[in-house]
Amino acid sequence: MKEQLEKIEVQAKQELESCSEIKMLDDLRIKFLGKKGELTAILKQMGKLSPEERPVIGQLANKVRADIESAVNSKLSALRANAQAFRLKEETIDITLPGRTAPFGKLHPLTKVENEIREIFMGMGFDIADGPEIDDDYHVFEALNLPPDHPARDTQDTFYIDGTDETILLRTQTSSVQVHVMETQKPPIRIISPGRVFRSDAVDATHSPLFHQIEGLVIDKGIRMSDLKGTLEMLMKKLYGNDCKLRFRPHHFPFTEPSCEVDISCFNCGGKGCSMCKDEGYIELLGAGMVHPKVLENCGIDSTVYSGFAFGLGLERMVMGRYDINDLRLLYENDVRFLEQF
Amino acid sequence: MNLSMKWLADYVNVDVPIKDYCHALTMSGSKVECYETEGKGILNIVVGKILSVVPHENSDHLVVCQVEVGKDSPVQIVTGASNVNAGDIVPVALDGSTLPNGIKIKKGKLRGVESNGMLCSLGELGLDKRDFPYAIEDGIFIMQEDCKIGQDICSAIGLNDTSVEFEITSNRPDCLSVIGLARETAATYNLPLNVKAPEYKGVEGDINEFLKIEIKNAEKCRRYCAGIVKNVKIEPSPRWMRERLRASGVRPINNFVDITNYVMLEYGQPMHAFDLRYVEGSKINIRNAVNGEKIVTLDGIERELADDMLVIADEKKPVAVAGIMGGEYSGIMEDTTTVVFESAYFEPSQVRCTSKKLRLKSDACARYEKGVDPFISMICLKRAFELVEELGAGEVLNTVIDCDYLDYDKKNTVEFDSKWINEFLGTEIPEADMIDYLNRLGFEIADGKVIVPSFRIDIECRADIAEEVARIYGYNNIPSTDFRGVAKAEFTSEQKFVRTLRDTAVSLGGYEITTYSFVSPKYFDKIRLPENSKLRKTVKIVNPLGEDTSVMRTSTIPSMLDVLSFNYNNRNEKACLFEISKEYLPVDEKRNYAPDEANLVNNGKPRHEYEYQLPDEPQRLTIGMYGGETDFYVIKGMTEQIFAEINISGVEYVRAETCEVFDEKYALHPGRSAVILKDGRHLGIIGEIHPEVQENYGIDVKTYVAKLNIPELMECAENKITYRPLPKFPATTRDLSLIVDDEIPVAELEKAIRKAVGKILEKITLFDVYKGKQIEEGKKSVSYSISMRSHEGTLTDEQADSAMKKALKALADIGAELRA
Repeated sequence: MKEQLEKIEVQAKQELESCSEIKMLDDLRIKFLGKKGELTAILKQMGKLSPEERPVIGQLANKVRADIESAVNSKLSALRANAQAFRLKEETIDITLPGRTAPFGKLHPLTKVENEIREIFMGMGFDIADGPEIDDDYHVFEALNLPPDHPARDTQDTFYIDGTDETILLRTQTSSVQVHVMETQKPPIRIISPGRVFRSDAVDATHSPLFHQIEGLVIDKGIRMSDLKGTLEMLMKKLYGNDCKLRFRPHHFPFTEPSCEVDISCFNCGGKGCSMCKDEGYIELLGAGMVHPKVLENCGIDSTVYSGFAFGLGLERMVMGRYDINDLRLLYENDVRFLEQF
Repeated sequence: MNLSMKWLADYVNVDVPIKDYCHALTMSGSKVECYETEGKGILNIVVGKILSVVPHENSDHLVVCQVEVGKDSPVQIVTGASNVNAGDIVPVALDGSTLPNGIKIKKGKLRGVESNGMLCSLGELGLDKRDFPYAIEDGIFIMQEDCKIGQDICSAIGLNDTSVEFEITSNRPDCLSVIGLARETAATYNLPLNVKAPEYKGVEGDINEFLKIEIKNAEKCRRYCAGIVKNVKIEPSPRWMRERLRASGVRPINNFVDITNYVMLEYGQPMHAFDLRYVEGSKINIRNAVNGEKIVTLDGIERELADDMLVIADEKKPVAVAGIMGGEYSGIMEDTTTVVFESAYFEPSQVRCTSKKLRLKSDACARYEKGVDPFISMICLKRAFELVEELGAGEVLNTVIDCDYLDYDKKNTVEFDSKWINEFLGTEIPEADMIDYLNRLGFEIADGKVIVPSFRIDIECRADIAEEVARIYGYNNIPSTDFRGVAKAEFTSEQKFVRTLRDTAVSLGGYEITTYSFVSPKYFDKIRLPENSKLRKTVKIVNPLGEDTSVMRTSTIPSMLDVLSFNYNNRNEKACLFEISKEYLPVDEKRNYAPDEANLVNNGKPRHEYEYQLPDEPQRLTIGMYGGETDFYVIKGMTEQIFAEINISGVEYVRAETCEVFDEKYALHPGRSAVILKDGRHLGIIGEIHPEVQENYGIDVKTYVAKLNIPELMECAENKITYRPLPKFPATTRDLSLIVDDEIPVAELEKAIRKAVGKILEKITLFDVYKGKQIEEGKKSVSYSISMRSHEGTLTDEQADSAMKKALKALADIGAELRA
């Protein structure tokens, strides 16, 4: 019987050795270890053994069963590992094939930069004001210290609306929103107002009859010209990084006094002078100044108590500078191959 | 304004590199556009003397010259010119020289004879006869200048000035002059300004025997000074004067015209010179024109005048339009013997309005309309006389006429408050420094007041004084500060809403576009609008750039179609675009304006309003797409997802044909378009572009647009989102396949199911619509999966079956049967 047991063990091990499928392994388990299996069949003959032999054979039988079980289990692990390795290999894909994308759109570059500027100003406590694009002479000119025969009106190339005796027009500047805001709000006032403006300029690489400005206005007690400088410097550093430098030049706008034009160190050469900035080192960026006392008075704000500053920046110029766009027309043609780049 | 640096040197001695000068003046407020050095392109051209001229051995029309050029030996030059003789002084371009047009001259052989350079004509030096009237146009420039052999040509003929172009803003007409810019220069560099009063000797004579002058409108002409020069000699002015005029961008003409221009450029005071012969009745009136009166101005154009224009007239006719331009027949001629000089002050608004009406501009008008110094009329007349005597151009009468209505007691003063200025600028400039800056600019300080010089017509208030101080102190020396006070910014609900729309459109695959607000009126026909469509009533621009941008759009859809067409024609296979922008809708009624409480601004002033109303400017979300898998349901799906995001439920899509609100329906396919309704509000219109419109826009693929009205969307959007508890009990699902007439829209089936199943209905999903084989002609099969759920407990089969039974009964009522 001892020989039988040993034979079974050898046979089982041999058969396990040659087993290559998990399914076959189950059959082997049943064949050797099952209720009707070979080992059970031998153990059923235990009764025939002498009492001396019984514990010895019993012990041996248990050992053989444990050995076979352990051999089956380790074979099972090996086969499973094999199968998984095979499957993983089978499932290997070319990870350089392109991904499948969900449709996703793009904001227009004008909106992108406008949003950035809005966020910066909102962080500084500026609300966003809107005003009409078609406005009256009073709000666009007269209240801004540009009376009807003022020579500065010549530079504004205004579009007028038919049948209104030149009283209604397309706003030439977002400064008109200053007037609307000051008429309806009491100081302190802190607003920016982005929007479309219109001037009779023929279309070319740097001109368009429609473009965008962002107006800014701050009115309060004790607002100083140095505050204007601080605010604009903060804006530009946030937009263009800490290395950019601003240059303030005296200029004239009827609605501010003192007035200035603000240049930024050239995006290309950083101030050394190159062809992009015409050897100037600086690029003209925006107009600004301290709100003219007449404008405050026109809007019902006491200019002996309050002061303020205002600025108007051209959005197109900032967008073009930011993305190195050399032709303004691209912004209004809306070619998808252009739009997808932002 | 072009400034000659040589001329500037008469008044201020500034000795710095030109680039530094331009930068310094720009930073102190006189912006330099550019500068140009005369003779810049000229290299290695010198003064030479012709020693001999002999015929060329191989040519009839060439000659061989030996020319002395200040070197050890003369050079041999072959020329084709016929006007050179031994002894002539000529410009010689040596071997290796450059002409102003960039051409390089090298030695070579002309028909076998060596030539070591070129003799130059005026044209080859970039000049013309006006610069050197004695020279001939087509030949070598035979020089009559005082110069040395071998001298550089530029210095020899004065072609070495630098002209600086300033951009002078409209508030500073005083800087449209050499003296004005000299003052700015002196103030910038803290240098003395040397202006001396002009002096002339004159000859005895009473001007009243020659001329009478009367100002009939002293409001518009507050000063008129006139003087007489007799026995005049009309000739070219001297070289120094011609050079300065040229560097200032003014063409030299003759000595008298040049003198008027010279004084205008120097002082900013326009001058006028006319021939006394043509002043009929020897009397000058400054009067308003008579309606219909005519004058031919110096530019040769006849102009009809009106009674709000001011003219200089003799007894019979106008001889000049005041402050703008003289008449053709009163100008200085070759044979003029007696000249009248005028130096006057006209009201800026008067000159401006007349110039605008006549569409006539001149250098004089550019100065008058902005405002010249009223007190320099006489000084400038004297300066003209000084120049006449210096040029020996005639005899100046020692008496003048001065009609003077100026108010000499009225001094322009502004409060001087250095403390306020420092507070306003955020600076700590010592008062003494401020006074110094102001003095340099011509201001005086007395008794706490700034006395404004008469040439500074722009100074009115203390902020103006602050600017003067700031610009000399240097804007860039003002510190940068954070302003006081705190504020918290917030988007308005509308701004938030628009931002959500924009972000949603992007997340659904839309590319944002930006289009012009104005369009061509041709779009009406392009989108098939009927003649009486309200969209044809537009806000029109009186002075558009062209027809393409002449009306404000009443619909955003044509702008979208233009962009779709542009992309299609640029071979972009597909596009999904959107824009958030305005329409401009005219408001008819004129305003009946009465000032009341609501119409007062902050300080109780009435709000300024006009009879005409501003148009409405409602915002629209416009979507457009073509290409790829695009069909009606793709664009519809996009609108549905937008509605979901802004929390609008229960919208209806109704055939667009039936709608009276959106005339864009004519641009759409009648069978594939819809208006979008919610509780009777018209939210928008959507559909496939009508084939005819597609053709009009040159698009060969099916194209889809949608327009959503943002104000209406905002009204319908639910701001509040309420959480629904997650279900505790399982759902029961039943599938229904129905046969129904093809015309019946599925929305009706859904409505019937929804009503019949009632509260336990969770979701209806349409998963198939089929027409064709096995289905009777004119019918369609529609399949739904209906999911039901109760919040009280698990639904029993009986409950679900009973709900289905009710649904089938309701469906039967609209002719839908269960598919066998």
